[in-house]
Amino acid sequence: MHFGPHLLLAALEGLVTSAVLALTALGLSLVFGVMRVVNVAHGEFFMLGAVLAWAITSAIGGHPALGFLAALVIAPLIVGAIALIAERLVLRRLNYNPEATIVATIGMLYIIQQLALTFYGPEARPVEPPFSYRILLPWFGYSGYKLSIIAASALLLLATWLVLTRTKIGLVMRATQYDSETAQAFGIPVGRVYGGVFALGAMLAAIAAVLIVPISQAHYLMGQDPLLLSFIVVIIGGLGSLRGTVVAAVLIGLSDGIISVFFSPTLAKIIATLLVAMVLVFRPQGLFGTASR
Amino acid sequence: MSEVSPAKAYALHLGVIALLFVLSFVLPDYHHGLLARIMVLAVFAMGYNMLFGYVGLLSLGHAMFFAAGLYGAGLSVIHLGWNVPAAFAAGIACGALLALVIGLLALRTTGVAFMIVTMMFAQVFYLIILYFAVWTGGDQGMVVPQPARVLVLGAASFDLTNPTVRYMMALTLFSIVLLVTLAVVRSRYGRVLVAIRENEERTKMLGYDTFSNKLGAVVLSGTICAASGAAYALLFGYVGSSFASVQYSILPLLWVLLGGGATTLGPLLGTLFMYYVIDITSGYTSAYLLIVGVALILLVLFSPKGILGTIRQRWLGWLP
Repeated sequence: MHFGPHLLLAALEGLVTSAVLALTALGLSLVFGVMRVVNVAHGEFFMLGAVLAWAITSAIGGHPALGFLAALVIAPLIVGAIALIAERLVLRRLNYNPEATIVATIGMLYIIQQLALTFYGPEARPVEPPFSYRILLPWFGYSGYKLSIIAASALLLLATWLVLTRTKIGLVMRATQYDSETAQAFGIPVGRVYGGVFALGAMLAAIAAVLIVPISQAHYLMGQDPLLLSFIVVIIGGLGSLRGTVVAAVLIGLSDGIISVFFSPTLAKIIATLLVAMVLVFRPQGLFGTASR
Repeated sequence: MSEVSPAKAYALHLGVIALLFVLSFVLPDYHHGLLARIMVLAVFAMGYNMLFGYVGLLSLGHAMFFAAGLYGAGLSVIHLGWNVPAAFAAGIACGALLALVIGLLALRTTGVAFMIVTMMFAQVFYLIILYFAVWTGGDQGMVVPQPARVLVLGAASFDLTNPTVRYMMALTLFSIVLLVTLAVVRSRYGRVLVAIRENEERTKMLGYDTFSNKLGAVVLSGTICAASGAAYALLFGYVGSSFASVQYSILPLLWVLLGGGATTLGPLLGTLFMYYVIDITSGYTSAYLLIVGVALILLVLFSPKGILGTIRQRWLGWLP
């Protein structure tokens, strides 16, 4: 294969990564933006989504599309419920203290990971894609399912953006983000908003995982890379900025796809992580974010 | 903290050291070996406590300082054939240098950003160890050859693979670090650190250079952690990348939280307690991460001051 098609393939793979990453990172970014806490267990919600997708599809059987659609609906709901319970039981009692929350979510990370290992096991298990149509390009054939991931992610991002900017729920969330005390004074149930946002963030991660699992298999440690990459995206994009998150996800996903085709993935990770740490040190508001108030 | 007679504090610490010394002759083999390991890891926790407890800086990347000492000492024995004291010094020097660089960068941030930056630097360090697997052994790790682990002091030579020698070496390191920590936190410098933790702006206004004071604490903390890592490599003869993973950044946090942050003996107590809890429960279940997770959540929820912190608050106000 020549360099051009090779690059196109790498870019397509990168776009698929970006699509999933944007959803996952958006969840993290929403939670940080509205609640001002960092959820270290975010990657585990992603993993739970994938593991549940496997459980649901193998329980339903029949045509793969049937199980997949069920998983796409049920898995995020279960993950959202778990996140809501965790938020009510732990984060609310900590009063959303940023540092205590990080320690507590590290605890959740270990608990979820260990429970997944105990009940799901150490194997990586595949989920069949809902359809296996291949699009034939002049140079190579490409999985139609992968392209549909990009479309689905774009639709979900658009929907989230519409909810945030055009609906009452979005207004309430933005008000809480801007100034939670004033919001409370205007009768917004800030505690319920926090619970909802935390669940929503976890659900976005779970949806991303259900979308990716037919091409990457479900495994109990699969939450680690998305967590790190989401951190990177959220930091580069500016903490709490939706547009920055999406732009950064495309940037990171594309460069990750292209770099790891041509270079060692470990080296790529080293450079990316170091660069992001430097961004956080020298430009804490992110590359696209505005200075914090 | 109220002004107390230094005699009482020093007596308590010397008593703990004496107790550990006596235990060496009383304990059965298994617990003897376990306690030697716990003392070395308690040094790691004490280093962590220096920064987290006294300055209030929560780092999520201290595994890199431990690993710097571990690899600094281990690799200089394996590849350069250095003797034990030189390798130990090399490990400490690596940790101190790394802490200086990381401190200069990470201290530009505060709060949550500091936690994430330290975690990312530690991740980079971990990935670098994996990337240079030819020299570091990658995720398999490397064994420090037994013949090299002999400490020659003048005419006497000590075989570090002998359990009694190992215990005494661990105790020596532990005692030195414990007394140094006690001296530091009782000194003028220690008080400035606590002042920074309580109110950095006020401390700055009183004329203290908070940045260089914090930098000093990061270097001291990193050096102590590196000493623990270097001792681990030489005493237990294994260097591996798992010691640089995120988990080993979380463990000292857990130990300090459990024992009590900003208490000199808390790190030992926390390490001892957690190690035995995991050791005992591993007889019933392999799910020790579950226990770590539950312990972290319960601690931040119900006992953020830890065991000794609570005791100090309720009964013994003089506890250092």
